[in-house]
Amino acid sequence: MDKKGKLIKTITYSLLTLWAIGVLFPFYWMILTSFKSYSSYNGEFVPKFYVTSPTLQNYVDSFTTVPLGQYLLNTIIFTVATTAIMLIVIIPAAFAFSRLQFKGKNLVFTLFLSLMMIPNELVIITNFMTVTALDLRNTFTGLILPSVTSVFYIYLLKENFAQIPDELYYAAKVDGTGDFKYLWKVMLPICKPTVVTITILKVIECWNSYVWPRLITDDAAYYLVSNGIQEIRENGFGRENIPAMMAAVVVISVPLVVLFLIFRKKIMEGVARGGTKG
Amino acid sequence: MDKRNLKGWLYLLPAIIFLGVFVVYPLIDVFVYSFEEGYNSVSQTFFGVGGYNYSYVLHDPYFLQALKNTFILVVITVPVSTVLSLLISVGLSSIKKLREMYQTIFFLPYVTNTLAVGLVFMVLFKETPYSDGLINLIIQFFGFSGVDFISGPYWAKMLVLCVYTIWVVMPFKILILTSALASVNQNYYNAAKVDGTGKWRVFSKITLPMISPMMFYLIITGFIGAFKAYSDAVALFGTNLNAAEMNTIVGYIYDMLYGDSGGYPSFASAAAVILFVIVLTITTINLLVSKKHVHY
Repeated sequence: MDKKGKLIKTITYSLLTLWAIGVLFPFYWMILTSFKSYSSYNGEFVPKFYVTSPTLQNYVDSFTTVPLGQYLLNTIIFTVATTAIMLIVIIPAAFAFSRLQFKGKNLVFTLFLSLMMIPNELVIITNFMTVTALDLRNTFTGLILPSVTSVFYIYLLKENFAQIPDELYYAAKVDGTGDFKYLWKVMLPICKPTVVTITILKVIECWNSYVWPRLITDDAAYYLVSNGIQEIRENGFGRENIPAMMAAVVVISVPLVVLFLIFRKKIMEGVARGGTKG
Repeated sequence: MDKRNLKGWLYLLPAIIFLGVFVVYPLIDVFVYSFEEGYNSVSQTFFGVGGYNYSYVLHDPYFLQALKNTFILVVITVPVSTVLSLLISVGLSSIKKLREMYQTIFFLPYVTNTLAVGLVFMVLFKETPYSDGLINLIIQFFGFSGVDFISGPYWAKMLVLCVYTIWVVMPFKILILTSALASVNQNYYNAAKVDGTGKWRVFSKITLPMISPMMFYLIITGFIGAFKAYSDAVALFGTNLNAAEMNTIVGYIYDMLYGDSGGYPSFASAAAVILFVIVLTITTINLLVSKKHVHY
């Protein structure tokens, strides 16, 4: 390799490494700080980049002095229920659009697609009023119901369903297989990768959702992690107990980072196919 | 035939009900709310119909502050993050060793909780009685004087907000651009190589035009996303954004709806409609510009 090529390569790697450090540093800092004791953290005017006597006290504190366990449990319930109900709603819809023939199908599909353009901010106000009027504030029902449909995921799944050759469907018909059984036994197994991708993307979205839960819950017993961390910050350990806060941040971040490292390829593919930050 | 029709609609029914109740009805209702004057959320009554809500919102100093903050945020973060992600993506595509590792690291912020990691940024930038904060110590190391980025002067707070916003939006942009770069037909590059074309010329005459649809997709979604900024600001400055002078349009909407200053769905609706009109206008302009410059 010539000299110029080598120089370009060095510059490229330095640039990429620089950004990688920028991305990783906050993670490093939260983990590092979470292992420092309260007194040693506040004793360091110039913060140290290593821990001299690591402690787990902050982790104990985040589960005992503040109800982090409760927040995590709420978030898990919310995430699992929302994702499950969403799948129950969108799979039949995608099936109807891709496989069934009925009057008005194309019109409804166009209407559905046009709903994708509607920003959440426009509809959230009325939803807030509706849920309040139904007395569903501070309930899981109120938290879950508005986010169980996604036109985008219906669209994604419909496209995938449509790729399955018609012959399979007719063959099943001849064998006397009903539509529902065909959907369940043939289409879903074939389209499993897409269903998994949708599920993971929805889980990420649920885990990080902040705005709707904030509007709809003011009882800490129903807080999700995002609201929980905000509550911890404003009223939790006392403003100055940064190490304990960082421990809570680590606990909240770990599940998704682990999920990401396991399903890295799927998540990145799914997002590249048109997901946006929810 | 009738039975078949019924079946189709039956499969769609759950989706139609949910979308009807939580998207279509609210969409109509928000415009209705925005024109109902003096709406009382307790008695659910209002005095009259007109543009008062809009005029109130447009004269509210908090809204004007939010408008200003949002525009500054958009003008800074969209170009910076787009150019930076293009630079990084081009770098990523030119290397083979360690590429997957870099890609994985760069995507990490996408899967993190905005509120949680924002707290780390706050800690890094904040001045406390115990420490000036790491960033300030670095600034002081280079001989400049530090500043409290979290509760100090306006420009400093805006700077952290921009830095954090860019940090949050980069993964998506890098991912989209690296896949766009990977899908450019290699024949073009081979042809350029035969002709002995220079690197910069290859980039500006082949690469850039080929990925221009994706660039514009990113710019459009970037604008829309930045106009809706909210949780990043909450993560850094807490829920009382008005007091911190760091509110955004979306934050203003939610504050009007709920919280200490809440209970005014009509004002919230008017602000939401204004936001929608702004976003629609910008997107239309973007699309018009892209027609001229994008090669499909």
